[in-house]
Amino acid sequence: MSEKVKDLRGTRLSAADLESKDTITFRGRPNAKYAWSAGIAYTKYLEELKNGRIVGRRCRQCDRVLVPPRMFCEQCFRATDEWVYIKGTGKINTYSISYLDADANRIKTPILVAVVDLDGASPGIGILHKLGNVDIEKIHVGMPVQAVWKPANERKGSVTDILYFEPIKEK
Amino acid sequence: MTVAIVGVGHTSFQSTTPDISFKEQMFEAAVKAYEDAGVNPRKDIASFLTAAEDYYEGYSIFDEFVPDQLGAVLRSVCTIGGDGLLALINGVMQIETGLFDVVAIEAHSKASDILTFPGIVTHGLDPIYNRAFNVHPYFVAGLEMRRYLHETGTTREQCAAVVVKNKQNALSNPSAAYAAKMTMDDVMNSEFVSDPLTRRDISPLADGVIVMVLASEEKAKDLSDDPVWLKGVGWCSDTPWIESRTWSTAEYARLAAERAYKMAGIKNPQKQIAFAEVDDWFSYKELQHIEALGLCENGEAGKLLEQGNFSRNGKLPVNVSGGRIGAGNLLEASALQSVLECVLQLQGRAGTRQLKDAETAVAQSWRGVPTATGCVAVLSSEL
Amino acid sequence: MNVKRRVAVVGAGITLFRRRLKETGKELSYLAANAALESAGMTMDDIDCVVMGTAPDAFDGIHMKADNLLDGAGATRKPYSRVYVGGGTGVFSPIGGWWHVASGLFDTCLVVAEEKMSPCIPHPQTAFRTIWDPIITRPLNPNLVWIFALEMNRYMKTYNIPKEHIAMVAVKNKGNALDHPSAQLAAKITVEDVLNSETMVWPVQRLDISPPSDGAAALVLTSEDVARKFTDAPVWIDGVGWSLDSAYWTNRDLCFPQYVAEAAKMAYKMAKITDPPKEVDFAEPYDPFTYKELHHMEGLLLAKKGEAPQLTADGVTQRDGDLPICPSGGLLGVGNPIAAAGLMKCCEMFWQLRNEAGKRQVSGAETGVAQAWGDLMQVGTVTVFRR
Repeated sequence: MSEKVKDLRGTRLSAADLESKDTITFRGRPNAKYAWSAGIAYTKYLEELKNGRIVGRRCRQCDRVLVPPRMFCEQCFRATDEWVYIKGTGKINTYSISYLDADANRIKTPILVAVVDLDGASPGIGILHKLGNVDIEKIHVGMPVQAVWKPANERKGSVTDILYFEPIKEK
Repeated sequence: MTVAIVGVGHTSFQSTTPDISFKEQMFEAAVKAYEDAGVNPRKDIASFLTAAEDYYEGYSIFDEFVPDQLGAVLRSVCTIGGDGLLALINGVMQIETGLFDVVAIEAHSKASDILTFPGIVTHGLDPIYNRAFNVHPYFVAGLEMRRYLHETGTTREQCAAVVVKNKQNALSNPSAAYAAKMTMDDVMNSEFVSDPLTRRDISPLADGVIVMVLASEEKAKDLSDDPVWLKGVGWCSDTPWIESRTWSTAEYARLAAERAYKMAGIKNPQKQIAFAEVDDWFSYKELQHIEALGLCENGEAGKLLEQGNFSRNGKLPVNVSGGRIGAGNLLEASALQSVLECVLQLQGRAGTRQLKDAETAVAQSWRGVPTATGCVAVLSSEL
Repeated sequence: MNVKRRVAVVGAGITLFRRRLKETGKELSYLAANAALESAGMTMDDIDCVVMGTAPDAFDGIHMKADNLLDGAGATRKPYSRVYVGGGTGVFSPIGGWWHVASGLFDTCLVVAEEKMSPCIPHPQTAFRTIWDPIITRPLNPNLVWIFALEMNRYMKTYNIPKEHIAMVAVKNKGNALDHPSAQLAAKITVEDVLNSETMVWPVQRLDISPPSDGAAALVLTSEDVARKFTDAPVWIDGVGWSLDSAYWTNRDLCFPQYVAEAAKMAYKMAKITDPPKEVDFAEPYDPFTYKELHHMEGLLLAKKGEAPQLTADGVTQRDGDLPICPSGGLLGVGNPIAAAGLMKCCEMFWQLRNEAGKRQVSGAETGVAQAWGDLMQVGTVTVFRR
């Protein structure tokens, strides 16, 4: 704000103002529904998740294995070349402990979130997922983890076919 | 202004494409456009612009999902919240600053992913004043069409003739989604959506992606033997209040054309323009837009169209591509479909629908209900 | 790269930033636009075209919301463009305005940024449910703060950064905002207050986060000739840059914002800046979270990788330090109506460079840098202003 400006523009409303009848609001919810086409790459990815497997795509030019898979390499700008199966194991790249749900409501039992760099994908190629069956105090960057799958008859072709990643017990 | 289109690429336009994602469709169109221009996006293209609206996509901040399949990662990329022609015009301005030599433009429709299209359009109405009626949002078009017919004496038959013409034109466009041999009766007897607007007066939605490569004068001459030059551009928004618009004339298009013609040195569009691709979201819109572009007098478009003036072999062909009605309503991408047709015609690449001796064309767009926003571009094969 | 025309800023205006304002989006746009025109000594008749910056339609709850807002922004019957790069939009909107004028197509351009987040219920966060990939991410039911917490943790771990140093950003910015009349969350707080505040999404705590807000901001841009007619003290847009990284954010190393670095390099090249820490007098990097200010200082090449926290601890980034950062109070202090918050940073540069910033004034300010960030932690937008 400039020191030359003396008047402040805008009228503040308190939460109480909104709840009172004096403040008029018009409520509505958009009728916006979609059926997004998964396309070639994600369809295969989801089908293989249903089979209990993780699949990526290799670009032979830069020799990277990309997960989640895509039909094009964004670095080389060319079509990717082949499907590659990835292990359900990896290492925690980064993690977080969430006390908020998707609508920003407070929750008592935190959700454990992580980016997991998967074994068999190129370095730094990770996926977003949850952690489970783990002592919060022991989670750390670099921790080896493995996918815990839903039982085969409950899998439906979704990223949630993996329940979460859990620590691999050190032998 | 000296910017040219040096490459175009597109998918075919289809009523539905459930087997392929928008990313994969964009990749296809981008590969074709870059091949056409002879450029490598990772080395030669400095800036990328996409035309998109979040509610059409079902994503908030659709911009996120653009760069990878365009070869645009870690480059200057932005979204224009407008139609494909507005994105193109912003790309033109970027080149005109001297900052960039080569810029890519993308626009697309994945309308088949939308399950509740009327709900989306309704969500564009003013929430306080216009949303409470619980009626199909094309009532806005019904109101406008009624007033246009009333003031100009244009008839419903003349509007129906637009549909017959554009579906017929689309038969010669292998990319078109809704080519058909349709009779006047087919259109006149279709059910009303918002009287006087019938179902056949409305362009059907389609999926498709179009990518174009723009270049500065120097670069264009280097890259292309037959660049298509942008001679003039204009764009304008009239009032967003539907209650206080001039319904009978498309003021946004008239003002945009005024600007574009001035820039292009067009004084007599009826003589200087060889053909036009105009917005035909609804049949009557084509007539209204022809008038706004000064391609005939106000109120005359319907009559002249019936007489064949705007047919493919007429004096001033309009929507040879088939327009939204024949090629398919590609949402924000139809504006680029209009430009695409101009480019193909001016380069002599329009196949069986090729027009003869066409040198200068005009492309015009409108963003649909409830907007009064649109763009105009004058294109020429000559610098 | 040879830019044809120099573009000036000749006016700036903003509204109050508050959790809820009574005005509609149109009305907020009008208030900011009018304030900017008044400060430039202009009326809408002097304006050739309008550029709008506004973030997701889901906040206002209006599809194609720029078309609804346009009369408030003075754009009726004028050429009007909405430019959009998610959270980066605020600093990007004057870049859009810049190319309208630098291209030679227009001599004057009004840039308006509006955000009305309060209509979205139960919480503006609800709008962020739809920013994710619907196939591979939305089924996990993510909260937006997750990804920032993941990035913050990666940044802290990579460079071994103590949380105390990060907390100092909140202390500084909320304190700076005490001198900003529009500010929503100005406060005198301590590092302990930040560290003891509620943990939202570890390591992000309550006082690490900027609030959702309603508000608008505007700038008036002109060509050099027009600027000279209206003011003796134009501020120049000498550098612009923007860059967008891959959508696959789990495939990138989150410890460094490469996209900000690319945008900054582009802007510095245009502004002929070769040694940013020496040649930049103050900066307004994007600070929706405490750690982002530090992350972005590094992206802007104002600090070496991992060293921004130490500079902060050493007091370098205080308003009277060697490199004042967010003298406005930033998003943490002034508020975060997304696009308007980014443009607020450009307004701050205008006032600082004109020596109009009052109690917030940094001494000897000749070159300032503003930056915003957005999408899925992937876009950087940068402007360099000079007096």
